[in-house]
Amino acid sequence: MPNLVEASGLVKRYRAVTALDGLDLAVAEGSVLGLLGPNGAGKTTAVSILATLLTPDAGSAQVAGIDVVAKPHEVRRHIGLSGQFAALDEHLTGFENLFMVGRLYHLGKPRARDRAVELLELFELTEAGRRPVKTYSGGMRRRLDLAGALVAAPPVLFLDEPTTGLDPYSRRQLWEVIRGMVGDGTTVLLTTQYLEEADRLADRILVIDHGRAIAEGAPDELKSRIGAERIEVTVTDAAVLEEARQLLARFAVGEQQADARSRSLITPIAGGMPVLSAALQELQRAGIAVRDIGLRRPTLDDVFLTLTGHVSAPEENDE
Amino acid sequence: MKELVYAVNDAAVIAWRNVIRIRRVPDLLVFVLISPIMFVLLFAFVFGNSIDIPGGSYREFLIAGIFAQTVVFGASFTGAGLAEDIQKGIINRFRALPMSRSALLVGRTLSDVVYNVLSLLVMALTGLLVGWGISSSALDAATGFALLLLFAYAFSWVMAYVGLLVPSVEVINNASFIVTMPLTFVANTFVPAENLPPLLRTFALWNPVSAVTQATRELFGNIPPGTPPPEAWPLQNPVLYTLLWVGLLIAVFAPLAVRRYRSSVDKR
Ligand SMILES: Nc1ncnc2c1ncn2[C@@H]1O[C@H](COP(=O)(O)OP(=O)(O)OP(=O)(O)O)[C@@H](O)[C@H]1O
Ligand SMILES: [Mg+2]
Repeated sequence: MPNLVEASGLVKRYRAVTALDGLDLAVAEGSVLGLLGPNGAGKTTAVSILATLLTPDAGSAQVAGIDVVAKPHEVRRHIGLSGQFAALDEHLTGFENLFMVGRLYHLGKPRARDRAVELLELFELTEAGRRPVKTYSGGMRRRLDLAGALVAAPPVLFLDEPTTGLDPYSRRQLWEVIRGMVGDGTTVLLTTQYLEEADRLADRILVIDHGRAIAEGAPDELKSRIGAERIEVTVTDAAVLEEARQLLARFAVGEQQADARSRSLITPIAGGMPVLSAALQELQRAGIAVRDIGLRRPTLDDVFLTLTGHVSAPEENDE
Repeated sequence: MKELVYAVNDAAVIAWRNVIRIRRVPDLLVFVLISPIMFVLLFAFVFGNSIDIPGGSYREFLIAGIFAQTVVFGASFTGAGLAEDIQKGIINRFRALPMSRSALLVGRTLSDVVYNVLSLLVMALTGLLVGWGISSSALDAATGFALLLLFAYAFSWVMAYVGLLVPSVEVINNASFIVTMPLTFVANTFVPAENLPPLLRTFALWNPVSAVTQATRELFGNIPPGTPPPEAWPLQNPVLYTLLWVGLLIAVFAPLAVRRYRSSVDKR
């Protein structure tokens, strides 16, 4: 599969701030790249450059094989963008907003009208579509803005925090819509603060911080890179925490962590449920009252926190 | 060729959108229509008797001047509308679309013609109430209104450029005053240009706003019989002189404004 989005060495500076510091990325045709990173990492800046809203200070990028700096106008024919902040005309109705976008993509009038109706229905805005956008709730604006990105059914979609502000129902629905589009061959680059979203949607994940890539891979790859599964136990009495630690030490495949304040103990293990069950029996035999026990696998949250939670020296970031 | 068709389509779409907004935001429209009424009444009743027009009535003389002034003032809405679009998030939608880069400006200047048509209508009605009238043929009268609208359109481009130099809605009104006040007052709009002191007089005689006013007065038949013909060339050929300015303003300010729009928007 060729890469429909490709960037190398992107640099963008705002006076004292270096928003992007040599970012490389690639999205294969028909796949989804999830761009993750803490606030201020440079996600929006990267999306803006790829969507031709900003020009980079250095580096280059191609979308659908077209250079974004040299031929921004060409690139715009192939992309749909839903930015972090909704870009809508408050005084137009939902329908009029979508119709206008369709006409500016040079769809004929009937086609622009049909498309607007279709998308309003898809995003459950048919009723609201007749009202000016200024009467919309935050989530309704968000959905209309996403619909705007889909009007021309572009081969490449850029979605900057597409589900921020959506309720869980709308979020799941949007995931369905995006999956459907990807099934039809659309290439998507999305940023998100919800790691579950990245986990569900993204084929590959790129974690960035301070404008540089710090990790890249499929969600499962990243999780297994972060660490093994582990047992988390919470005891009712902090006094027995040390005893519990010693009892479970024989299951541990790595260093155990005990925290007296939360009366909890983390033991990295290998072997899954049978080991959990054995560990629980061991604790019960010793008469240790257990408040809570469970098997935890690393989530993308762990990946994210491990990668970006502490300030690491730039040398360590080069992979 | 295809590019041109797209550019026309895109400008038409933007103009359509702006006209919808005029209907949805009536506050602005009310203001646009009330201020010319106020001007007509103020000048007619406050100065109406203190300014002497040989052989004619001041009100008859005044209306064409107010028409010209109002359409020139009205051009500042073009700058304000553009600034609003650029400040609001919608600009990011437009910028990621494959639309023509001149569309936002062309569409805006076109849709602002609607304001001018409405305000001319309201002023004409108010004028009729205070004793103004048209004493020429319907064709001449229509030509007079068309010339006003054409000049207003060209001047919209000047204000589009001024608006883009200071793309903030708050500053634009003041910035446009700096341009519109001298143009509309140092002219034959409210007093005959011949009455002005020498330096201002020269400016007034060559001021395009004077020519529009003179042309409108002639076309409406508002020049009292027996008035000596104007001595300066522009006022002797006011229609031609106005058309020259219309061409010049568009030829200079449309490219300037489009270039300025691109660079101001791309910097963000
Ligand atoms: N117009 C601007 N002027 C100055 N600095 C800016 C500008 N835009 C972004 N920055 C800075 O660039 C850095 C990256 O910003 P960016 O918006 O790309 O982050 P982000 O990853 O999208 O963050 P968030 O998760 O909060 O949306 C930040 O430090 C920000 O302050
Ligand atoms: Mg952002």
